[in-house]
Amino acid sequence: MSPNLPLAYLALSAILFAIGGVGLLVRRNPLVMIMCVELMLNAVNLTFVTFGRMLDDIAGQVIVFFVMVVAAAEVVIGLALIVAMARRRPEANADDLRLLRG
Amino acid sequence: MVGLLWLIPALPLAGFLMLLLFGKRIGEPVAGWLGTAAVAGSFVTALVVFAGLWNEPEHTYSLKLFEWMPAGRFSVDIGFLLDPLSMAMILFITGIAALIHLYSIGYMHGDSRFPRFFTYLNLFVFSMLMLVMGDNLVLTFLGWEGVGACSYFLISFWFEKDANASAGKKAFITNRVGDWGFMVGTFATFFAFGTVKYVEFLPQASGLAQTTATFIVLMLFIGAIGKSAQIPLFIWLPDAMAGPTPVSALIHAATMVTAGVYLLVRVNPLIAASASWLPWVIAGIGVATAFLAATIAIAQTDIKKVLAYSTVSQLGFMFLAVGAGGYSAAIFHMITHAFFKACMFLGSGSVIHGMHEEQDMRRMGALRKVMPITAITFIIGWLAIAGVPPFSGFWSKDDILAYALHKSIVLYVIGLITALLTAFYMSRQVFMVFFGRANWGPSQEAELANKLAHETAHADGDDPADAEVHADAHGDAHDGHGVVPHESPRTMTIPLIVLAFFAATAGVLNLPFTEHLEFLNRWLEPVVGAAQTQLHLSGAQLTIELLISTVVALSGIAIAYAVYLKHKVDARRIELPLFANGWYIDSAISNFMGGLGRRAFEMIAHFDRVVIDGAVNGVARATRGGAMRLRSVQSGYVRWYALMIGVGTVAIVAFVLTQVSFS
Amino acid sequence: METLVFIVCALIVLAGAIGVVMSRNPVHAALSLVATLFGIAVLFLNLGAQLLAVVQVIVYTGAIVVLILFVLMLLGVDEDEDLDTEPLVGQRIVAVLIGLLLAGAVLAVIIIGKDAAVTGARSATEAISPTVTNIVQIGRQLFTTFVFPLEITAGLLTIAVVGAVVLSRRPKDLQPIPEPESMTELGDDPLTITTEEAAH
Repeated sequence: MSPNLPLAYLALSAILFAIGGVGLLVRRNPLVMIMCVELMLNAVNLTFVTFGRMLDDIAGQVIVFFVMVVAAAEVVIGLALIVAMARRRPEANADDLRLLRG
Repeated sequence: MVGLLWLIPALPLAGFLMLLLFGKRIGEPVAGWLGTAAVAGSFVTALVVFAGLWNEPEHTYSLKLFEWMPAGRFSVDIGFLLDPLSMAMILFITGIAALIHLYSIGYMHGDSRFPRFFTYLNLFVFSMLMLVMGDNLVLTFLGWEGVGACSYFLISFWFEKDANASAGKKAFITNRVGDWGFMVGTFATFFAFGTVKYVEFLPQASGLAQTTATFIVLMLFIGAIGKSAQIPLFIWLPDAMAGPTPVSALIHAATMVTAGVYLLVRVNPLIAASASWLPWVIAGIGVATAFLAATIAIAQTDIKKVLAYSTVSQLGFMFLAVGAGGYSAAIFHMITHAFFKACMFLGSGSVIHGMHEEQDMRRMGALRKVMPITAITFIIGWLAIAGVPPFSGFWSKDDILAYALHKSIVLYVIGLITALLTAFYMSRQVFMVFFGRANWGPSQEAELANKLAHETAHADGDDPADAEVHADAHGDAHDGHGVVPHESPRTMTIPLIVLAFFAATAGVLNLPFTEHLEFLNRWLEPVVGAAQTQLHLSGAQLTIELLISTVVALSGIAIAYAVYLKHKVDARRIELPLFANGWYIDSAISNFMGGLGRRAFEMIAHFDRVVIDGAVNGVARATRGGAMRLRSVQSGYVRWYALMIGVGTVAIVAFVLTQVSFS
Repeated sequence: METLVFIVCALIVLAGAIGVVMSRNPVHAALSLVATLFGIAVLFLNLGAQLLAVVQVIVYTGAIVVLILFVLMLLGVDEDEDLDTEPLVGQRIVAVLIGLLLAGAVLAVIIIGKDAAVTGARSATEAISPTVTNIVQIGRQLFTTFVFPLEITAGLLTIAVVGAVVLSRRPKDLQPIPEPESMTELGDDPLTITTEEAAH
């Protein structure tokens, strides 16, 4: 293993995170937005595992467990919100829901 | 036993809370009995505490429940100060309140808001006890405002009638003027002493600068003027009679209105430390109020209005006593007045009740035959207030007059004239209500209407009405459909009898003959002794003064007898319109406020609108303008918000990168 | 070997990620997501996190993506999204700019800092053991050091389940969400205080 390989993992996750973020900002379909959030979370997970490897610490992998739990909960709630929304306005996207504007 | 002190206000408070929560459910008459039991329990506790207080050093005991408002150097406790003064107040407040609660069960029978009446009454007793028991000015003020609020609730108790509602408002607003004085006085006390606790600042009073003491007392006196209905703030009390009669008896005669006197007696060391003209002001306002109210009372036709003005007048006497340095005399008169005035108010309530809500004395007469118990008790109260020996009012009034004479002959003479007027107008009331001919019943109804019309048509007309009591009036009334007076139920007559008994005998509290007989004087010695004017009357002086008072009282009664029973003099020559209209004070205030005052207020309102509101609105407009521009930021687009989060993140990361050095 | 695996997987991951963002059809996006998640699972294996790799496949691709696809089918919103227009002015440009800046900043740290970019104490919790299996080590940590967070995640999941049930229950009076009015239609705001009003 070349010494700089872990840094390559970090660079990969940085790019993945940025792509997820841009997707979240440009897509209007709420389901795709949730997928983009998953991308960002996975980028972070990859970082954790890489850090755990670099610092020789098992906690890096344990934390990923918790991130996955949070991600699962987030998806469940997000999908429930989408279902509730779609029942009222099936064609709506994220931009149409702006009753809370100033 | 003194430790039970906290129970005294706690019982009415508990009664209030229970009535508040369950009053509607338990309804009449249980709610009334509950309220009565709470106050009666309080009275019994007060007796127990009283017995225990004998063993305390200087008859003083204080109890701190908890710290209420700690704020730096300033601290207010919920604490009670029990000394001879507050003990005397507690005893007569709870005692009379218990009797009036009992009376109310009968009087308020059938009222749709029966439980609520007792809720308010219990709250009132609690507040009044806080007022007299509080060990600092702030707690006293709490009670002061509490009784004011209860007074407002109870005056407008029958708020369906507009007059009652506005009478409540009048009382409340007039009292606010006085309360301002109380508050300023409290602030000044704190600035001068750094504490508002009686036991801490009163002993320091003698070391205070004279002007400071004068200012504090003057401010507290303004408070007292408002609460105790003295010139110029007495106008609310006569209107306060719009409330149910037990309220008039309890709040507007026996207890609340005496709070001002209590306050001044409480701070008597401050009065002693203030400028020498201040007692003159107090005595002057007192005697002027006494005289003015007495003249107005002469010409009133409403049975309760007479008693209301009489109350104002008697309160004036108490202030006269305070101004003359006779603190114990003021308290003495306060107690006897509480007994006989409560007795007479309840008696008038009994009459109103028996006459089916009739309050005009011209429609009464000869009621002693149909309402014997009410008549006898009322007559005892009358003799007491008129100052006929040996009834209680004679002794207390004479005590005050003795102090007034010691102060100045002018005060004494005006006091004597007022006493004469008092005897006169009270006799007038008794003769009009209980003696003479019956002016009720169906036949009399028409006759009276005729007579009133006749009177207005011929202002100079003679009045050949015969003084005979129509022996068959009672029978007539039963046949007709008019008013049928009847004696009141026992819950109403028992309090009357008890109060009449004390009205007759309360004089023994403080008989002036030897020092041993002046129980009240000696009892109050620890509180007022230092500031009290010492009278050393010789036997001859005392005898002369007592004789003069007796003669004055009897001549007042005699004149009334000549005018109202024998009709030697036309009553209208005495009942001047000036008196009947209360010296036109109310209408003068209305005119002033409606004319000149209104214009002044409109100018102030204009200033308020343009300058003050302008500034406020200007700030509001600036804010609004800024907000209108900023609101586009809150677009409602989730993605826009996310973008802003991204921008913020980038900014923070950029900042962190500038701070990191890579070596 | 490891490097080769990394390069292949990194390409799959990035291609999948771009597919998620760029594909018009949500179903295609979901399938691209699966590719990304599989790539990351392989990377986990590469990093020696065998348990996580398995969990990644089972939980993410097996559960979460299936759930997303399920909702997609249930609601029938699998029509193409119009990606050519962007109603929010400047949103797309700024978003891409931010993405570039963010990635650039982190990459700059990594490139300039090299290994020094990663700070922190070594083996603060427990060193990765070459002998004890991965799953035993993680399990021991979860039930000792991280037992309290573990308990809390139980609560979090319960709340999520309850929340999902409450949110997706069909209410009796189902009202359509009203169309938002435009900014200009709102008119003068109700806060306006006129002098006439203040006078009364």
